[in-house]
Amino acid sequence: MRYLPLSDADRRQMLDVIGAETIDDLFRDVPEKARQSGPIAGLPMHASEMAVERHLTALAAKNVPAGSAPFFLGCGAYKHHVPASVDHLIQRGEFLTAYTPYQPEIAQGTLQVLFEFQTQVAKLTGCEVANASMYDGSTACWEAIGMARRITRRTKALLSDGLHPHYVAVCKTMAKFTGDSLTTSVPTLDAETDLQRLIGEINDETSAVVVQYPDILGRIADLTPLADAAHAKGALLIAVVTEPVALGLIKAPGEMGADIVVGEGQSIGVGLQFGGPYVGLFACREKHIRQMPGRLAGETVDAEGKRGFVLTLSTREQHIRREKATSNICTNSGLCALAFSIHLTLLGEKGLRQLAELNHARAVQVAERLGAIPGVGLVNNSFFNEFTLELPVEARPAVHRMVEQGVLGGVSLGRLYPGAEGLKNGLVVAVTETVTDADIDALEGALKEVVA
Amino acid sequence: MNQSGWKPAAPVKGPGDTGTVTGNRALMLEEPLIFEIDGGETTGVDFADVPQVTARIGALTRSAPIGLPGLSEPEAVRHYTRLSRQNYGIDLGFFPLGSCTMKHNPRLNEKMARLPGFADIHPLQPRETVQGALELINELAFWLIDLTGMHGVAMSPKAGAHGELCGILCIRAALEARGDARSVVLVPESAHGTNPATAAFAGYAVENIPANADGRVDLEALKARLGPDVAALMITNPNTCGLFEPQMKEISDAVHAAGGFVYCDGANFNAIVGKVRPGDLGVDAMHINLHKTFSTPHGGGGPGSGPVVLSEALSPFGPLPYTARTKDGVVHLIEEEQAEEFSNENFGGSMQSFGRMTAFHGQMGMFTRALTYILSHGADGLKQVAEDAVLNANYVLRSCEDVLDAPFAHSGPCMHEAIFSDKGFGGGLTTLDLAKGLIDEGFHPMTMYFPLVVHGAMLVEPTETESKAALDQFIGALRHVAERARAGDESLKSAPAHAPRRRLDETLAARKPIVAWRTPAPDADKISGRNEVGGQ
Repeated sequence: MRYLPLSDADRRQMLDVIGAETIDDLFRDVPEKARQSGPIAGLPMHASEMAVERHLTALAAKNVPAGSAPFFLGCGAYKHHVPASVDHLIQRGEFLTAYTPYQPEIAQGTLQVLFEFQTQVAKLTGCEVANASMYDGSTACWEAIGMARRITRRTKALLSDGLHPHYVAVCKTMAKFTGDSLTTSVPTLDAETDLQRLIGEINDETSAVVVQYPDILGRIADLTPLADAAHAKGALLIAVVTEPVALGLIKAPGEMGADIVVGEGQSIGVGLQFGGPYVGLFACREKHIRQMPGRLAGETVDAEGKRGFVLTLSTREQHIRREKATSNICTNSGLCALAFSIHLTLLGEKGLRQLAELNHARAVQVAERLGAIPGVGLVNNSFFNEFTLELPVEARPAVHRMVEQGVLGGVSLGRLYPGAEGLKNGLVVAVTETVTDADIDALEGALKEVVA
Repeated sequence: MNQSGWKPAAPVKGPGDTGTVTGNRALMLEEPLIFEIDGGETTGVDFADVPQVTARIGALTRSAPIGLPGLSEPEAVRHYTRLSRQNYGIDLGFFPLGSCTMKHNPRLNEKMARLPGFADIHPLQPRETVQGALELINELAFWLIDLTGMHGVAMSPKAGAHGELCGILCIRAALEARGDARSVVLVPESAHGTNPATAAFAGYAVENIPANADGRVDLEALKARLGPDVAALMITNPNTCGLFEPQMKEISDAVHAAGGFVYCDGANFNAIVGKVRPGDLGVDAMHINLHKTFSTPHGGGGPGSGPVVLSEALSPFGPLPYTARTKDGVVHLIEEEQAEEFSNENFGGSMQSFGRMTAFHGQMGMFTRALTYILSHGADGLKQVAEDAVLNANYVLRSCEDVLDAPFAHSGPCMHEAIFSDKGFGGGLTTLDLAKGLIDEGFHPMTMYFPLVVHGAMLVEPTETESKAALDQFIGALRHVAERARAGDESLKSAPAHAPRRRLDETLAARKPIVAWRTPAPDADKISGRNEVGGQ
């Protein structure tokens, strides 16, 4: 009960002020038969800090953390080093325990951070404006399709085969209920993205073309021809980035004509956390700002003429128009956006470039060594820090056999695309700056063994 | 101090104020944007040398600089520490934002969420390497099901509003499975503002159900509207007028009799946890804001987490990954690959998930914190949570009703929150002015202009983690500002006077949005970076 400050004497005094005999008098609107009598079934009584810590620590010990084994998993979530100062700063109570900045005069810290975050995301993606973050990359991807629908007044989106299958699944779930139609296909291990197919399929009914960059197999393609083809038919190009560190080295989608760039920001500043909380990135052209979902921090002045920041354009949201709102989003990932922004500020232009170069160089080293294993083929012609191998055996059991050797060796395409025969030998391997030479040796050894 | 050369616009000097060169006021520090401190190639991280390799990125090397500013570690630590000092958080003081339940955020929760076994695991790791994490999800799921008297729980929704959407999609999937096309969702006036937005987003027509004079759902009006076109009622209970709906069971029965489902917005669950199980009242789906009821911190706007508990009728339709209790009482986490094995006999029907709502398993980091909180409180503590939350709210209500109009004070005890209005204010003063006056008293203001059924509404939610002393101090301040407002004290219109910023011009921000910093042009006006973006 250490979090409950009232004493019994306080309670008695307060009931007297209220004019109630007992606490149950305050619950008199709850019908008698609906009241729960006695203790909550099965739940133990309150526990000490030590006891709770012991229980949670025992559960944590049953997992294999990424930092404790050679680790090569990616596909939308990446293991990067996060400087110690990032976690220290986000744990300052004024950030951690603040709510939505509804009273801007006493929330300038959060609001300025969001304004800085928005600017960083806009620059990184090559767009003019960005919002204050979304739930995650997959929900941001769906919101981008909805935004394209509102802008083009069309409902048919083309999804690249290289788009993360879970992102596709999220979009399909939502499309069932909104009446959008989505065209998509499963990738192949032929090494090339389906940009030519997409270009051929764009027509006057297309709302948007959605393409991931780098894609689920790690491939990178120039998006310019796709942007041109989409624009020629009045459609938008939506680019999805799940590994923003890549943008330190390769061209930003906005530079290549993308109208909306969404992404998963977990890679910068936010830990793996078994899938969340993550931070959705959402950037677009300035002319579409009023169709953008989510929160926005904007600059203004106070009564003394000093610069300050507020949440703005919230008329697009549920606050005011209720059933006419552009989406039902009513929060962002404030604390994760803060972590992203701090990490990116620490990196700066120079640090991000170095980090990206280091990721790429390590990945090239690993790809060359693994690709040389007899029977193993490198699928990609191009990649950043993640690539796909075609194994001579099914990849899904191979991943489990590598676990037996203490190596977390990648994500099998069989897990991501159950039932896709052509992909079952595909293994997606991600290599970041955290990988050591010993880790690479261990992976090479384990993979040799499982394909032998 | 502020060394960047950036200066705020010259402040208006008050009597005795000689101004400063830096814009700083003692410990109230002005802080430029990172872009204005930028040291060019400065970085706050060190990396190993990059090995020499042949690049594999084709012709896609970035050619132009991105334009990202970099700070050394000490500069970054100062920048963010100074910004933090311009923020109000629950650690600094009482935060009466109603319907948003800002309560103490125990640091044990933070410590547990940062155990590498939870913080450093990948969502696609092989199952055998994440058994503890799956057990944790199942354990939390078990308590959520138990505390609400429901059958299953969808853990993946990323926030409360995402949870609402999940619940409505479950309802839609269940109706479609029985070949029953319905087109309308009913939403009482006392519901949360996200509810109608959610229903509309899921493809439904939204119709309001009026509140009666007591601030509760008008049962007769509801019954008159129910029919074969109504898919669901989205109700908030306790509602946003701070009141429990005593006829909840009758409401649910009426909706069920008409073939519809009942969605309950569970944002205010902390007022009844351990006291009432919504499942017993006929609720089919309810989201639980973990950041509200179970104390996960909100971080200045998120992340949230909104698991949705489901009745037996809706359980087979939840999103994947999905947690459900089988007949033997065991709770399982089900992904696509197990969906088949959990069909039929276990659910008394086939598993018919409506699909995925988010890429991975939901907000695992929040699950860790919520479970830590539940176990810390235990069965006795959780019940006390509800009792103290309700006691605190009624204490504030009764202590202020002589100086502030309390439109529902006649309707009986309030639950988690006390509602006041601006009735009786003089001099054209509004709720906004009172709120800004409270800032000068050192408090975060309450929720304003909500619920919509009350003119100039103020919604005060003192959670269970506030002491009587803290409440007494707040009540004193609120009464003082309320009396000034009733007297038409004009000076409230320029409040706050003692915050990092005076009143901010929100209209200007919306009319001429500036949402990103631009390098100032040489002839830029005195506010650096002020380039206008967007249309009217």
